[in-house]
Amino acid sequence: MQAFDTHTGLVVPLDRANVDTDQIIPKQFLKSIRRTGFGDNLFDAWRFRDEGDMTKTANEREINRDFVLNEPRYQGASVLVTRTNFGCGSSREHAVWALLEYGFRCIIAPSFADIFSGNSLQNGLLLVTLPDEVVGQLIERAQTVPEFSLTVDLPKQTIAGDGFAASFDIEPERKRLLAEGLDEIAQTLRYADAIRAFEEAHRHRMPWVFDET
Amino acid sequence: MHGRRRPRPCEARYAHSWMIRASIASLTMRGASGVAGKTLYDKVWDAHAVAERDDGMTLLYIDRHLLHEVTSPQAFEGLELAGRQPWRLDANLATPDHNLPTTNRAAGIGGIVDEIARTQVIALDDNCRRFGIRQFEMTDPRQGIVHVVGPEQGATLPGMTIVCGDSHTSTHGAFAALAQGIGTSDVEHVLATQCLAQRKAGNMRVTATGRLARGVTSKDLILAIIRHIGTAGATGHTIEFAGSAVRALSMEARMTLCNMSIEAGGRAGMVAVDDTTIEYLRGRPFAPSGEMLGEAEAHWRGLVSDPDAEFDRAAELDASSLSPQVSWGTSPELVLGIDEAVPSPEAFDEPARRELCERALAYMDLVPGTPIRDVALDRVFIGSCTNARIEDLRAAATVVKGRRVASSIREALVVPGSGLVKRQAEAEGLDAVFREAGFEWRDAGCSMCLAMNDDRLYPGERCASTSNRNFEGRQGHLGRTHLVSPAMAAAAAVNGRFADVREYL
Repeated sequence: MQAFDTHTGLVVPLDRANVDTDQIIPKQFLKSIRRTGFGDNLFDAWRFRDEGDMTKTANEREINRDFVLNEPRYQGASVLVTRTNFGCGSSREHAVWALLEYGFRCIIAPSFADIFSGNSLQNGLLLVTLPDEVVGQLIERAQTVPEFSLTVDLPKQTIAGDGFAASFDIEPERKRLLAEGLDEIAQTLRYADAIRAFEEAHRHRMPWVFDET
Repeated sequence: MHGRRRPRPCEARYAHSWMIRASIASLTMRGASGVAGKTLYDKVWDAHAVAERDDGMTLLYIDRHLLHEVTSPQAFEGLELAGRQPWRLDANLATPDHNLPTTNRAAGIGGIVDEIARTQVIALDDNCRRFGIRQFEMTDPRQGIVHVVGPEQGATLPGMTIVCGDSHTSTHGAFAALAQGIGTSDVEHVLATQCLAQRKAGNMRVTATGRLARGVTSKDLILAIIRHIGTAGATGHTIEFAGSAVRALSMEARMTLCNMSIEAGGRAGMVAVDDTTIEYLRGRPFAPSGEMLGEAEAHWRGLVSDPDAEFDRAAELDASSLSPQVSWGTSPELVLGIDEAVPSPEAFDEPARRELCERALAYMDLVPGTPIRDVALDRVFIGSCTNARIEDLRAAATVVKGRRVASSIREALVVPGSGLVKRQAEAEGLDAVFREAGFEWRDAGCSMCLAMNDDRLYPGERCASTSNRNFEGRQGHLGRTHLVSPAMAAAAAVNGRFADVREYL
């Protein structure tokens, strides 16, 4: 996983609440057995007017010019600003893989769904939670200020750009995982002895959850 | 992941008989010692907390891990690349469900026309064989939707921690299990370590008093709950469903309730153990029997919240006043009683909800003020992990019996939740009831709930569906989904439009 320190990037506003993971990556793209190849189909039903499938390439598709991600001025954006409850719905981690592969490194919103939030952490996608009104200001700037970029500084917990500045809260353990880009499994396996000891005691307390046959 | 235990004011959206209490103080009756008791969630969490990692995350021991073909291949690949082995094989149980076709099952893998879907099913077979994980393969009569199979087999037991790479894992909370959906990295993490690294969520209690009227089901109850607390109403919290209306529900109805906790933002939903729970488990293949059952039962009886337990959030409603519900929009919180009309954006106070309403009206092609009963349908889908168990099929068949699917309906599908549900329904003659009425009777799988297989809506089609999500395109590109109970779906099929199922009973 890519470690996160500071990142400066173009901001694209997605002025919608409750963006669900079915929108982020529609189900027909979940049939892959790999972690890559999802970026071209991020927000597929909004970016394209025709129905996509895993056999069509991007240049065969009918682009929806009205969708914000397709506007020329937002090409290359790596910071997404959006509304409340982003990432609700299905647990598909493919949503996070698609966002990262498209080029997003940071998403700013008033709130995120729980499973999506955990999946983002596992893959080095920084989620910044800011109050509704601050997000509203950012969306307005991204819509009105040409080439509006933000610098996201994880160690200092700040975002800044074009005269705008704000600080954000992040739980220390999330911050550390992101900053160090740690392998979670390796982290946990450092506690292998504790897991084994727990398991032995658990087997005595609740033997019916173990299949001894 | 944002789940610090702290009292947090709820969104104050008072409606109907709902009461959302905003402060912890009004909920808590502290014991004489001054220390509050434990909730059901607290108890299951505490019994599985292995250690706190030095980064502050708790390692939660996982008793049962369910796997399917869509979210597991990358996890197995990750294990292999790192040279790791599954920690405890007997904790795992796999079955393919998401992209299996629902026809021609006997043909096995060769019968899957979609090459890419076939690759995933083959990958699950290969991975299970290679790592030694028990699987009910696609032609096994025990195959089915993973959340139907677990309880049916007794692989879901009270007090367990259960995970699966699917958000509707919350279903298993009906058994007082702590059951959560996880992403693929966590699937790999659980395979490798038997633990989930997690922060504890808050406690939320949703109490349904009174009793549901005839023809009104737990599906209607959960839709009404989501309407009133919203799709983020339980974010960061584990829900406990309580109250006389919940106690009166069968286990299958409780599964429907807990299944849609995630649509309310709650990663897990739970119901305390009672006689209904224990009766359901007797004789199931993976459940304990004999002396061990007695020991287990004694433990399970304690899986209830203490009377003086604290909840960080709470909501309450009188279930007696509920009518059958129908979702009208593209979010599970956009729901109406059968006697209500499609709202206009002005009915919502907050700008974000007004905008949601406007988008939903346009996508669903509905006009404010239209009674939901006047909305005509193209298709009907009875199935999914929400509503494809035997009681669901019985309820739908009761409405359908002696009637015909309306000629305006292009297709009406019944997709049983598992091979065993299908077999049971056939033994009861339900397949004949559905077939004679003009329904198609299919093989088990997730089917048109998420349309990864060939069962899907065409652009613009409108479907009465017993599934759980009405998101844009969920059941097919530009398809329009209305969420209802199985009995309401059956009534819509024979009427061609939504109807009050109580007039059909």
